[in-house]
Amino acid sequence: MKAFGELTKGIIKENPVFVMALGLCPLLATSTSVNNAIGMGAAATFVLLCSNIIISLIKNFIPDKIRIPCYILVIASFVTIVDMVMNAYSPDMHKNLGIFIPLIVVNCIILGRAEAFAGKHSVGKSILDAIGMGIGFTLAIIIIAVIREILGNGTILEIPILPTSYKPMIVAILPPGAFFTIGLLMGLINMLRNKKQKPGV
Amino acid sequence: MEFSKLFAIIIGTIFINNFVIVRFLGLCPYVGVSKKLDSALGMGMAVIFVMTMASTITWLIYNFLLHPDTSIFGVDLTFLRTITFILSIAVLVQFVEMVIQKTAPALYKALGIYLPLITTNCAVLGVSILNINEQYNFLESLVNGISAGIGFTLVLLLMAGIRQRLEFANVPKSLKGMPIAFLVAGCMALAFLGFSGLKI
Repeated sequence: MKAFGELTKGIIKENPVFVMALGLCPLLATSTSVNNAIGMGAAATFVLLCSNIIISLIKNFIPDKIRIPCYILVIASFVTIVDMVMNAYSPDMHKNLGIFIPLIVVNCIILGRAEAFAGKHSVGKSILDAIGMGIGFTLAIIIIAVIREILGNGTILEIPILPTSYKPMIVAILPPGAFFTIGLLMGLINMLRNKKQKPGV
Repeated sequence: MEFSKLFAIIIGTIFINNFVIVRFLGLCPYVGVSKKLDSALGMGMAVIFVMTMASTITWLIYNFLLHPDTSIFGVDLTFLRTITFILSIAVLVQFVEMVIQKTAPALYKALGIYLPLITTNCAVLGVSILNINEQYNFLESLVNGISAGIGFTLVLLLMAGIRQRLEFANVPKSLKGMPIAFLVAGCMALAFLGFSGLKI
């Protein structure tokens, strides 16, 4: 039951994006289509999982003062692996995500989980934490991408779902659309939370 | 030396492809440190400084140590790009912090708390990687680094000015804080889209 809690807390209760507002740059930049969003979510989850495992394994050997540079080195190694594998097996996705693949290194979710969780807990727990947080991030990025792709293009995963008479709102896939989508989503979440709290108070 | 190209880089990086608003780099400090005008100014100055240093140093590292044709080793080490860049930025930030602390205590007091935050600012690593991807030469990388910092500071200051006013505005309860900041950023992004028509 406790392990299950470690897994699920990242998805809703401590969602890295909507609750903690981490990892915003890749979230907004790569949510122009659902395809890109899935690629980005998978890449970030992989790096998060591997770095959490390694860091929780070596946490006792790292001197406390230089732990952040050590974490960054571990993360950067896995990002390089993702970069090369993606370049080899799906060059299109690699081109679409562009500089946001090397920039996974400075994604605050990954360093944040290393510092706040993997550096203090056992391997098993760190794996569950990484999977939960990874799913939470991927879910958030897919939600935003679905909204933007439907509004801006009338499609999901490039399959048309709206009638042809629908005129796409191009602005949704341009930068302003990203800011409006996440702003309104966060507002909506706040509203729901406020409503939930009221009966108790 | 073509000055028209340098000019195009300056205008392009500050306005047309603004790092924060159009490229989505450095959003965390943009949302986090834009509550007050003076702290936004401090952060902006620190970022300009570090970005300029980082783009020159990473350019030198890439071209003299990693690139197979120009490096002193003559071996292709370009796959180490991400690791070396992030490490050199981290070292650079630490070094700059120590130098400023010793030589200019007043400046250190002004920038102090913002410097460590910059290591994980994706705009700094972003500008270094973009310089390499665009195959800029040394001078162009330097100019690109400065312009990226100026562009970042510009939107950070604009945002801080707006948010100081928002404190007194009648914002719906659910939109207070982060959500309204993003909506304002969206409006700014719409305004910056106007620059994308510029052709240089």
